[in-house]
This record gives sequence, C-alpha cells and structure tokens, in this order.
Amino acid sequence: MDNNSIIKADGTQYVVVDIGIEQYGIDIKYVDNIVRMQKITRVPKAQRYYEGVINLRGEIVPVMSLRKKFGFEPDPLGDKTRIIILKPEHESIGVIVDAVREVIVFSEAEIEKIYSDGKDDRAKYISEVGKTQEGLVSLLNVNGIITD
Amino acid sequence: MDVSQYLEIFIDETNEHLQSLSDQLMILENEPGNTDTINEIFRAAHSLKGMAGTMGYKRMQNLTHNMENVLSEIRNGKMGVSADLVDVLFQCLDALQVYLDNIQQSANEGEEDNEAIVSRLNDILNGKSSAPVNEVKAEPVKETKSETKLEIKFADFECNAVSKALEKGMNIYSLTVHVDENCILKAARAFLVFKSLEDYGEVIKSVPSAQDIEDERFDLTFNVIIVTNESLDKIVATVKNVSEIREVETVVITSLDEIQRESSVEKADEPKTEVSVAKDNAPATKQPAATSSKPAATGGKPVVNRSVRVDIEKLDVLMNLVSELIIAKNGLISVSSNDEGSKAQGFNEQIEYLERVTTNLHESVMKVRMMPIETVTNKFPRMVRDLAKKLNKQIELTMNGEETELDRTVIDEIGDPLMHIIRNSCDHGLEKTEIRRERGKSETGHVVLNAYQDGNNVVIEVSDDGNGIDVENVKNKAIEKGTITPEQAETMSDKDIVDLLFKPSFSTAKEISDVSGRGVGLDVVKTKIEALGGDVEVKTALGEGSTFIIRLPLTLAIIQALMVEVGIEKYAIPLGNIQTIEDIPVTDIKYVHSKEVINLRGDVIPIVRLEDVLDIAEEDRKQTDNLTVVIIKKGERMAGLVIDSLIGQQEIVIKSLGKYISSSTKIISGATILGDGEVALILDVNTLV
Repeated sequence: MDNNSIIKADGTQYVVVDIGIEQYGIDIKYVDNIVRMQKITRVPKAQRYYEGVINLRGEIVPVMSLRKKFGFEPDPLGDKTRIIILKPEHESIGVIVDAVREVIVFSEAEIEKIYSDGKDDRAKYISEVGKTQEGLVSLLNVNGIITD
Repeated sequence: MDVSQYLEIFIDETNEHLQSLSDQLMILENEPGNTDTINEIFRAAHSLKGMAGTMGYKRMQNLTHNMENVLSEIRNGKMGVSADLVDVLFQCLDALQVYLDNIQQSANEGEEDNEAIVSRLNDILNGKSSAPVNEVKAEPVKETKSETKLEIKFADFECNAVSKALEKGMNIYSLTVHVDENCILKAARAFLVFKSLEDYGEVIKSVPSAQDIEDERFDLTFNVIIVTNESLDKIVATVKNVSEIREVETVVITSLDEIQRESSVEKADEPKTEVSVAKDNAPATKQPAATSSKPAATGGKPVVNRSVRVDIEKLDVLMNLVSELIIAKNGLISVSSNDEGSKAQGFNEQIEYLERVTTNLHESVMKVRMMPIETVTNKFPRMVRDLAKKLNKQIELTMNGEETELDRTVIDEIGDPLMHIIRNSCDHGLEKTEIRRERGKSETGHVVLNAYQDGNNVVIEVSDDGNGIDVENVKNKAIEKGTITPEQAETMSDKDIVDLLFKPSFSTAKEISDVSGRGVGLDVVKTKIEALGGDVEVKTALGEGSTFIIRLPLTLAIIQALMVEVGIEKYAIPLGNIQTIEDIPVTDIKYVHSKEVINLRGDVIPIVRLEDVLDIAEEDRKQTDNLTVVIIKKGERMAGLVIDSLIGQQEIVIKSLGKYISSSTKIISGATILGDGEVALILDVNTLV
C-alpha cells in the first residue's frame, strides 16, 4: 500500500466526503469511526438537524444531518451513505454524509482561510478551503458544527 | 513504623464515634441526668483518644483527652451537665471533625491546637472541681533527675547544632528512656516516642542510632537528645504519655562543655525532620521558634478512597450468583453441542435460567449499593439544634423512616438539598416564638422529616407547622419582577404560583425573603434533585405550614419499565410512574375547558395524546375506537397517556443521550438498547403531569 505520501507530508489529513454536489473535508483527528447507515431512532422535539440516535456497540450516539444543518435537500439515502462518528471530546457524535471519498493531506500552503461577512449561516461551519488539482474542498469546522 | 495502612479504618471509625458522640450529646442536652448517655459519650471519647494516639495524631489526642477529663467528672457525679458544657462539647466535636477532614485530605491533622476549647474545658473542670491544673502537665513529673555526666559522644556537626541551639536560648535535654520489660514492640514504642518528641522540637541525636532503634537493635533503654522550646516537664510528660514507657531520666544540657566530643565524624543518619513547634502556652516558651510548617495539602485527591461497608452476607449472595452464572454459561456450552432437535429446547431452558440469575444478580448488586438515608439525616438534629440557638427559636426535629435505603450515588447528592430545605423550614417556615404564642400555636416549632419507599421511588417529606407560603405575596412579587404577567397570574392555580419559587430567576435569597421568607436558592435544590432523576413539590397552607416532598428513584442505572408503541416507535415508561393501564372507549372522553379528560372510578384524569406530544408523523397515526391509556401518577396528580399498543414489562439499562442532542420539552430522559440492538427512548412522564 502506498501511504508514503501520507507519512512524509507534513500537513493535516482530512477525510473528504460528498454532501450534495460539494466536497467537504473533516480533520482526521476528530474522526473516530465510519459506519454504514443504520436505523436511527428519532428523538422527538430535538434540534431540527438531529436525525436521532443510534446504537454504536452499546453506546448511544446522536446523529446529525449536515444537509439539514446547511439547509440542503434531505439526505438521499443510498449504498454509499455513511455515518462519520466524530469524537471531539469524550462523547461521540455522528454526521451523515452522502459518500466518503478519500483521505487527503493538505499542507499549510494548500489551505486558505475564507473570510465571510457572517451573514451566511454556513460561514461558521466552514472556516477554510483546501485546494487540490481537481478543485476545492471546504474544510469543516468540527467544533463549530457540534456546539451550536 | 508506618500506620498509613490503618488510616482508612481510623477514618471510618472516627466518623462513627463522632456521629455517636453527636447523637448522644443531643440526648444529654435534653436529659442531663441520663447516665447511660454519659457513659456512652465517655466511651466514645475514650476510644477516639486511644485511636488518635495510636495513629500519632497528638492534637486530636490532646483534645479528646481534655474532653475525657471533663466527662469523667460528670460520670463520677462530681459535676452537672450545663448548657454551656454541652456547647463546649459540641465545639470539641466540630474541632475533631476538622482534624478528621484534614486527615482525610492529607493524612495530616493540621496545625490547629484549639487552645480556646481546651482552656474552656479546663475552666469548666476547675470551676466545678479542684482537679489538678492541667492534664498534660498534671502528670507527675518527679523524675529522677540524675546529674550524671553524659556518656554520649557527639560528632562535630552535632556539637554545632547544640551550640547554635544554646545561642538561641533553646533548651537541650538528654532523655534516657526505659521501656517496660514486658513490652513486645519496643521499636514501635520508641517510634512513638520519637514521633511525639518531634512535635515539640528537633531530635538531634539518639543512641543507638535511629536506624538501629527502628530495627529494634537496643535493649530496654535508649538515649535521645532533643532541642526544644518546651519545658522539661512537658517533654517528659509527652514521652510518658506513650504507653509501656517505664521511666524517663533527664539531663539538661546548658553548655557545650557538658558533652563529649567524638574525634571521628559519625555517619549522619539522624532523622532530620523539620517539625513545626506547636505554639503552646507552656511557661518555658522563651521565643517563638522559626517554624517551617508543612502546609496541609489542600485540594487534590483525598488520601483515602471513599468506601462502602458491605454486609458480608450480601457479598456471599453475590458470590453465589456469580457461580450460578458460570454454571449457566457451561450449560449453554453443553447445549450447543447437542443435536438440532434437543438444542432449541435446551437453549430455552438455559436462557430462562440465565435470566433468573441475571435478575437476581442485578438485585443484589443494587442492594450492595444501597445505603440507609440515615447516613445523611443523622447530621440534621445537630444542625437544627444549632439553628434553633442561632435563630432564637424552639425547634423540634422529628425524623421517621431513616432506615429507608437509597442508591449510594443518590445518597451522596441528596444531603445538600435536604439540608437546604430543612434550614429553610427552620429559618423561614417557622415563626418566631412570640408570634407562635400570639397565634395560639405551641411555642416549639415542629419540623418533621419523613422518608418512605413508594413503588420504585423513595419519598422524603419535610414538613413544618410554621407560617406556610403566602400565595398572594408570591404572586404580587412575581408580577412585580416580571416573571409573570398579571393576566397569567389570573389563570394560574395556587400550586402553579408556589412552583414559581423554584424558578431560578425568581427565588434569589434577598428578594424572596421579603415576600414569604421562602426560597433561599430553592432553584438549586430543584435542579439538583432533577439531575438525580427525581422531582420536588411543595404543599402549603397559609398559617398552618408547608411540606416539601422530594421524590427520588431507588436507583439510577437499571429500572423496570413498560415498553409501549406509539405510531411505529417504541418507548419505555418507568414502571414507578405507572398507576394502571386502562382500555377506554373513545366515547368515554369528555371535555373540560376544551381539554380531553376521562372519568375513571370517580377521578377526573386529563388525557395526553402521546402521538401529539411526540410529533408522530400523520401517516403513522392509528385511529381506533378503543384507546389504551396508561395512567401515570406524580404525587397527587394523575394523567392518562394514550398509546397505540403495549409491548410488555422489561428491565432496561438507562443510557444518557449525551450533551449534544436535547429534547426541548425534556420529555425524553434517556435511551436504552433493546434486545435486538434497537434504541428505545425513555419517557420522563413527570413532564406530562
């Protein structure tokens, strides 16, 4: 397996996922696990962007829909739909994505901050953009996403 | 000698003795002539003294010793019990508690000598009897002060230490300690001598060396040279305080000439302990020695782990159940090797067996975790007594059902809220004695704590026969503060208004005490109790008193629940909340204020459509002619929850939803994982009543 590029590059590894037509990167240090879509138990009266909770090996993990959070169309569930389990602290939290693509290393030079006027709700969820040959990857601000 | 291994036992037992002292003192205050009580107090104080001494806690020992002296006079009938005396004894208890807390934190008793208390004890002793001056100093000090020239050779650095000490005007004594011939643990006694001496000064030399003494390489005698600010009498008394010390010979060293120099330098393995010199009112104190006290390590982890004492029988039961569990496992293994036909039946049998064992196992583990609420409530009589004195009221606290058991985690948390409520009742609930007299009530106010088990809950009620809550006042205050609008106030029941007291924005100490004198942080009480999965309500009648009712779950981790289906979703309702399950024809539903109610055996019960509360999707809702209604009860109030179907009763493990996701109405209290791995949510029906 050729993972030399990962080892020698000094930069940050990102899990690149599809949500809608865009690609998003999640800092790999927050990613605990990636699981297939499974039955989600709805939690009544919860925040609207939460799909509910799942049983992850005996642990109850809340699952959030990034699509709902970003104001996209509801998740089209398919073969490639995955739940990415993030573990920013002690408690896990899942986010639904359309598909998981790859792991990319971005060096500092390839990452650019985006400055927004703050009117856009999505601004606080995406603070940086990573550049690849094929295009741009929006880098998710994990703490921003889960804490509000 | 290391006593740290006994520390836990010491702390446990000291706690017990302190509690018993406190209880007995309360009795003594009311029945000064009760000789049983006096004996009991004396015994407890004596045990405390012995234990503290063994552990080397000198200050604690000193204090208990003084207590014992006074108590012994009482016991011998030479002295009566006065309110003043009881006060002092209570102060002693507080001081001992402080020592104990220090020990628990840092294994060190701290530096407080509590001289004030000791001298008050002595005043009492001297005022009533002609007992000798001071207990420590009172010990006979007529030692054979042999003026024999010292046989001990001093190394150079030791001579330096001696001359420096002499320059500073400190006293240098050479002690020759004779250990009793029958003493078995010579080294231990010697260690205690060293330890006690170190409280008063620095041991600069010993013969044989400290190491040899520790290894018991000495006959019945050893020499110690100590530099101290204390008088010789005090030092001798201290040494003699250690048991099995037969005699102490002393020589006072006043100049360097008296000691013999040693030509070769000895290896230095003296204990170089820096010990703070206890400030003492001994007459010999010439100048305050430079103290380098080790500050008690505050904060950080206590040196002793929290522990629960468990009845050995409970452990035996546990052990048996675990063995059964193993048998069940083996049974399953053997069944799995059977041929297909008998497999199914064998499995079923084994699973039933397994189920029985796990249920029992759960029950016994819970029992191990259970503690009587007594562990919390036994501090209250004392607290109420002190409060009564401070508030200048006559208060009688009655407690019932203290043996009711609760989970350890709940017990640990419930102390503060309970204390708060009792304080509240004493301080604000009960009227002043004069007012009580005017109102024709008994002058003594009554506070009653009642604890009992009610299904899966434990109920603790605190009631007083005081003034009660003035609902009108609360209402006006709430409107004034903008908590509610006047229009809202119109529609609110008295109960709703009283509940306002628990609102954080409302019940801050200052503002509320003007109103009715209620609510010093009642919101905190409520938050805490709700965090434990319980709830609190208050009933009140103006002029007659109020009752706070706290309802707590027996245990937090595993509960019995009724599994129900609403729409296509499964929910768990804790069995403790459920009264009955009824089949109600739709036609029986009546409307009161355009709200659905049913009349069930004379009770009018509001109906709650769970499918509305839980936002069940339209297409999943079922229309039937007969409703399955689960009647739940919270205190006096009831409600009927309409569900689609019953699944059955089940033991569920409660899991938290975590901090990220939260139900805005708090209707979901947690989740559980069902046998098939599916997640079912647990309803907190208290929010629906």
